[in-house]
Amino acid sequence: MIAAIAGLLLCQLLGEVLVRALALPLPGPVAGMGLMFAFLSLRGRRLGEEPGKVPNQIGTVADVLLKNLSLLFIPAATGIVQYFDLLRQFGWIIAASIAVSTTAALIVTVMVFRLTAVAGAKRFARSAAQDSPAQENEAP
Amino acid sequence: MILPHRASDIWVYLSANPLFWLTAVLVSYLFSDWLSEKSGRHPLVNTVAISAAILSALILATGTSYQTFFDGAQFVHFLLGPATVALAIPLYRNLGRVRANLMPMVFALTAGSLTAIVTAVAIAGWLGAPQTILASLAPKSATTPIAMSLAATYGGIPSLSAVFVLMTGVFGAVIVSPLMNALGIRDFAARGFAAGLAAHGLGTARAFQVDATAGAFAGIALGLNGAMTAIIIPVVLPFLLHLFAPTA
Repeated sequence: MIAAIAGLLLCQLLGEVLVRALALPLPGPVAGMGLMFAFLSLRGRRLGEEPGKVPNQIGTVADVLLKNLSLLFIPAATGIVQYFDLLRQFGWIIAASIAVSTTAALIVTVMVFRLTAVAGAKRFARSAAQDSPAQENEAP
Repeated sequence: MILPHRASDIWVYLSANPLFWLTAVLVSYLFSDWLSEKSGRHPLVNTVAISAAILSALILATGTSYQTFFDGAQFVHFLLGPATVALAIPLYRNLGRVRANLMPMVFALTAGSLTAIVTAVAIAGWLGAPQTILASLAPKSATTPIAMSLAATYGGIPSLSAVFVLMTGVFGAVIVSPLMNALGIRDFAARGFAAGLAAHGLGTARAFQVDATAGAFAGIALGLNGAMTAIIIPVVLPFLLHLFAPTA
C-alpha cells in the first residue's frame, strides 16, 4: 500500500516538475495523471497483459481515494465563510450566472457528445453495409 | 465556577490546534456522507455542501479564522493532488471505451468549455457584476488550481474564484442526474463526461457515486477541460470583459 501511495506522489511530483519546466498551462497533478496513465500503458504492454488491468495495490488505493473524493473538497469549500459579505451584495447575480451557465454547459456537452457518437456510429454502420454485400458475393 | 474556566482553557488549546479542525472535517464528512447514503444518494443531499455549511457555522460560532481552520484541514486538502493522479486508474481500466469515444469527446470538450466560459461572463456582466467578479467567474468550470491561476492573471481574486468553482461544482453535482434523466440520456460515458466538464472534481465525485464508467469519463473531462479552459480564456476573456463589463 505504501508503494502505491509513493507511486501516486511520485507521478504528482514529476508532473509538477514537468509543468514548470515546460511552462504548460496545466496543474501539476493533471500532468501527473497523464504520467500515471502512460506508466500503466507501458507496464501493461511490457508484461503482455490485457489492456485495462491495473496492479492490485494501486487499484485499491485509487478506489479508496476516489470513493471519498467529496471529502477532499471540504476544506476548500469551507473557504466560502470568508466571502459572506460579498455574496450578500452580489450573491443573486453570481447564483444566476453559475446556475444558468452550468446547466447550459451540461446540456451542450452531453448533446454534442451524443450527436457526434451517433453520427460516428452511422458512418461506421454505412461503411460496414458497403463491405458486407461484397462478402456475400464472395460466399459460395 | 472552576469548571467553566477550565473548559474555556481547554477550548483555547483545542481551537488553535490542527487536531480539532482536522477531526471536525472528518466527522462532518462522515455525518453528511451518512445522510447522503440514507437519502439513497439523493442529488439534493450534497456531501460537500452540507459539510461546508456545518463547518462554516462552527467557524463563525467560535470566532475562528479560516486560516486557523485550514491549518488543520490542509492535511485532507493535500490529498487532492494524489487523488487527481489516481484518476488515471479508472481511465486506464476503461481504455476500450475511451478509444471508441475519442471524436465525441473532442467535439463535446470544445463546445462545452466555450459555453461554460461565455455564458458565465455574459450573464453576470449583463446583470451588472463588477469586472473582478467576472474575471473570477470565467474559469468556474475548471478545476480549482487552474481557475485560481487564471483568475489571478486576468484581474480576478484567486480565492474568490475557488469559491465560485466550488459553488459550480455543488450546483452541477446536484443537477446533473435529474437533468440527464429529463433529457433522456442513458449513455453513462456521455453523462459522466458532461459532469466532469461542467462541474470538475465535484461532478466527478458525484459521477463516481452513481456509476464507475461515468466516473472514468468525468475524470477525463475534468483533466481535459482544465487544459481547454487555460487555452480558451487568454483568447476569449479580454474580449468578453470589453463586451460585458459595466463601464464605471
